[in-house]
Amino acid sequence: MRDGMIELLRSLGHALSGAFQTLGFAARFFTTILACSGQSFRRLHLTIREIYFSGFQSLLIILVSGLFIGMVLGMQGYETLQRYGSSEALGVLVALSLTRELGPVVSALLFASRAGSSITAEIGLMKATEQLTAMDMMAVNPIARVVAPRFWGGVISMPLLAALFSAIGVFGGYLVGVVLIGVDEGAFWSQMQGSVDFRLDIWNGIVKSFVFGIAVSLIAVFEGYDAVPTAEGVSASIKRTVVYSALAILALDLVLTSFMFRGV
Amino acid sequence: MNRKLLDLWVGFFVAVGFAAILFLALRVGNLSSAGFAETYSLTAKFDNIGGLKARGPVKSAGVVVGRVAEIHFDAQTYEAVVVMKMDSRYQFPRDTFASILTAGLLGEQYIGLDAGGDDRMLQSGDTFAKTQSAVVLEKLIGQFMFSKASEHIESK
Repeated sequence: MRDGMIELLRSLGHALSGAFQTLGFAARFFTTILACSGQSFRRLHLTIREIYFSGFQSLLIILVSGLFIGMVLGMQGYETLQRYGSSEALGVLVALSLTRELGPVVSALLFASRAGSSITAEIGLMKATEQLTAMDMMAVNPIARVVAPRFWGGVISMPLLAALFSAIGVFGGYLVGVVLIGVDEGAFWSQMQGSVDFRLDIWNGIVKSFVFGIAVSLIAVFEGYDAVPTAEGVSASIKRTVVYSALAILALDLVLTSFMFRGV
Repeated sequence: MNRKLLDLWVGFFVAVGFAAILFLALRVGNLSSAGFAETYSLTAKFDNIGGLKARGPVKSAGVVVGRVAEIHFDAQTYEAVVVMKMDSRYQFPRDTFASILTAGLLGEQYIGLDAGGDDRMLQSGDTFAKTQSAVVLEKLIGQFMFSKASEHIESK
């Protein structure tokens, strides 16, 4: 009994200290990326290549999901609003829910599973095949050459993808609400413009997606760099990237929302 | 993939992204109509402001002529003090009547201005002399029920 208790406490302490160790490693890793970022902007084509792979190639999934989510919001919102005789407020509902929450959060979740996982797989496999070590041997800093461009590519792509998601979502809501159901077009846009504030709603959404971009990209490159260099290790790292990114996005969203939209 | 094609696609991506932000700002948001170029501030005191919020519209004859800048409570007179930023293109007479109205049955509340006939105009920092508070639905229903009940007694 007593031994069992001690063993339980010991494993708890081990898990906690392990978690803190990883967190400390991640923080040092982050500062190293920032310190090496100068190089990834001086050799801009490295970063541009990563924007192509994580940003441009995510366009299709972001646009299609944004369009469908906007259309669903249009249908469901109309269904509820017309009960209270205020179906003209459909534009407000669609635009506010997209710019404030759904745009940044859903596009970050998609980005984490589409681009984040592939970044982790790439870096993890580079580590498993000892390419990172080989670079170090050739006096090329792998963090400056491989990690920092991928990090910045993700950070730059994320706000643009979120803005695209929101914009195409509003268009989807317009398609369903105005074209399909027949809500008055003038009321749809004018009520939307009357209620959506640039600084409060749109700018805060962009800030949110920027923060999510930092979180997702950092988790992706860190998990890849920290991967156990075997097939199982890389696959576990990819799994962790997706899970941790989703948790980080939702937790950060709660924190940011409580700061941004407090009692307005 | 060669670098020129890569640059082209990334340039396309960034341009489309910024176009989306512009679309959100101008078409979805209020940046195109945001703010009046020059404003002056007026103050009004109300017994009850109902659900009026900061940034709510100030309308005269249905046209937005200003916005509510801030709302606070006066502990001396127990009244709500509403500060409005008015578009300086529009001037109002000294005896203008400010009342809190509701758009539609349950819509947002706004301040309606009914211009008076005074020759002198309200200057920046002035206070409206005549105001009317928001209609509180519960009080209205209470009054209605009270008058119905007294009618009932009289008819007996």
